[in-house]
Amino acid sequence: MNRSILSSALLIGSLTLSGCWEAPPMDTEQIGYDGVGMQVTSNPDLTDPLKRANVLPEPIPAAAQTEGGPKAGDVYQNVQVLGDLSIQEFTRTMASITAWVSPEQGCAYCHVGNNFASDEVYTKIVSRRMMQMTMQTNTEWYDHVGETGVTCYTCHRGLNVPEYIWFDEPPANRTGGMAANSYQQNHANETVAYTSMARDVFDRYLDGEQEKIRVIAQTALPIRNVTQNQSTQATENTYSLMMHMSDSLGVNCTYCHNSRNFSSWEMSPPTRVTAWHALQMVPSLNANFLSPLQPVYPEIRLGQLGDAPKVNCTTCHQGVAKPLYGQSMLDDYPVWRGEGLGGERPYVEAYDPMVPMDQQPTLDGDQPVSGQDAVPGEDESASLDPVLRHLMTGSTPADGPASVVR
Amino acid sequence: MAEYQNIFTQIQVRGPAELGVPIGRATGNRTTSIASSRLLGAFANAQLGPIYLGFTGTLSIVLGLIAFEIIGFNMLASVNWDVVEFVRQLFWLALEPPAPEYGLSIPPMADGGWWLLTGFLLTCSIGLWWTRTFLRARALGLGYHIPWAFGAAIWLYLVLGFIRPVLMGSWSEAVPFGLFPHLDWTAAFSIRYGNLFYNPFHMLSIVFLYGSAVLFGMHAGTILAVGRYGGERELEQITDRGTATERASLYWRWQMGFNATMESIHRWAWWFAVLTPICGGIGILLTGTVVDNWYLWGVKHGIAPSYPAVYPPSIDPSLTEAMR
Repeated sequence: MNRSILSSALLIGSLTLSGCWEAPPMDTEQIGYDGVGMQVTSNPDLTDPLKRANVLPEPIPAAAQTEGGPKAGDVYQNVQVLGDLSIQEFTRTMASITAWVSPEQGCAYCHVGNNFASDEVYTKIVSRRMMQMTMQTNTEWYDHVGETGVTCYTCHRGLNVPEYIWFDEPPANRTGGMAANSYQQNHANETVAYTSMARDVFDRYLDGEQEKIRVIAQTALPIRNVTQNQSTQATENTYSLMMHMSDSLGVNCTYCHNSRNFSSWEMSPPTRVTAWHALQMVPSLNANFLSPLQPVYPEIRLGQLGDAPKVNCTTCHQGVAKPLYGQSMLDDYPVWRGEGLGGERPYVEAYDPMVPMDQQPTLDGDQPVSGQDAVPGEDESASLDPVLRHLMTGSTPADGPASVVR
Repeated sequence: MAEYQNIFTQIQVRGPAELGVPIGRATGNRTTSIASSRLLGAFANAQLGPIYLGFTGTLSIVLGLIAFEIIGFNMLASVNWDVVEFVRQLFWLALEPPAPEYGLSIPPMADGGWWLLTGFLLTCSIGLWWTRTFLRARALGLGYHIPWAFGAAIWLYLVLGFIRPVLMGSWSEAVPFGLFPHLDWTAAFSIRYGNLFYNPFHMLSIVFLYGSAVLFGMHAGTILAVGRYGGERELEQITDRGTATERASLYWRWQMGFNATMESIHRWAWWFAVLTPICGGIGILLTGTVVDNWYLWGVKHGIAPSYPAVYPPSIDPSLTEAMR
């Protein structure tokens, strides 16, 4: 009888365990000196499906090189970003974007059927800005993306809207009044890898005014009012952000940190420097590219608080330390290197989607540059309704041709 | 005759209920009903009761229950009174201490007031229960080993929830009431203060904690193993050791050269158990008040060796970016 009790206890125990944890065996790779626990752990049960999911799409055959041929901007109207491409390369690029972003809807996802130059569909305005974001990421944020770079596919993977985006966290569904506030903590939430810590980490660290990530004291002994000001609660918030990063990249802490002293740069693997640049890049992309598009989106694309969709680590990484396992698509689609394209101001810092591209302030902040003949033609905008016309030209109907300079 | 095995209890002795020694007037505080449970007998003594209630015990349970209910109902309110969500997310839910900006002031109920009240009630409850352990030991003419040992645990509890937050000047430094939340707090606390593993009192606490488990296993294993010679009658064997003690002692002398006695093994266990929270409490108390980064403290005092570099050392990019 005892034996049956024992065996059923073992059975129940092992079932409970298998429900809670990833089943072994794990793979470990040593990345530090012997015996110091610097290891990267992975689970084949989790990485095998990821390897299957992170296969690059077959590239569209390269367009024939034509020197001195007509450029897309010369032939087509209202080509604001890719105007310097040859006709062939422009068409190929458009085809690839369609395959990556709207394989089901095709061109019509962004373009009006009989007038491809029209900015009538909001997705066209968004995608224009996303192209600039891609180019800026590959140039300005080289320290993070390196030679691998990113393309539309890195995030979209065949979906209209990338699978992993985030919105401002609405207040918890809690009883108000005297009932204790849990400060956006203490609920099961996937965002922070099911820890009980703050789930509004993206609001805190990846958008708007960013909270201080560094919380660990840099001196052995406390210095009054200097090192004691980072609370344990602030540490939990940083920890929460780190859980998001760990979960997004499918790695453990020691991929970037030496856990004997998390804050020490001297002991950290070089990957931590790459990640540091990401923590500068992501808030910048959200502030300059994603959030300003808010007025352009229809309500269905907005968050519960009416904010625009934004990016975090998972948007590109999708569970893998190097997105798409470090396979670069830039050799097949060099346009996204962003070199010498998009006129003189490919990345407008203070972007206002209500103002057409040629009237956006430049990086210097004063003169709009009119480098391209990319103004929406009068013929097109005249046919638009006043709201869309305002959206595109920044002018009220009474203003006549676009003339507002920000 | 039943086969005598020592892994599971197979023999249960039943007889007239054991009522305990008369303790004068206070006897009236005992419950009168006595039950006997076969299931309980499989783990311990089959007899259940009488329980001594008394003033301190009853009040302790009442205050402890109020604290428990405050925590539970605030958790329930945090999922908008949804019982299904309460069960589903129970391990995540918590009652949080006030935010840092409140310092040591009394915050509004929703912003940590409930936490403060719960802490007060729970501390009163624990204090009353400690009094009970003391009073009952005195009533039975015992030594005060149990109250002292319980006091050691209360020391750690008070350091975490009261003494250290007061020294740091903020209730926010205390631990939340919650299952996962208190574990996340623990990990964050260690990281914030540069890795608690380099805190010598944390080291000692771990030694005594793990040591307690080792001693418990060694002692329990030894006594069960000599049970067939009557070895479980340890106290008689302090004065009249008999063959069970002889064999048990010889076993350990053969194993490791020396052995505890039937009496001293319990001193070992008691001190290891008591020193675990005493050392732990000292370690927590020094953290943030006296030492701000235990790793750097360890480097300073030569207890944190350096290892050969495997990759070129990184430079804080915020410094190099600033130079650009």
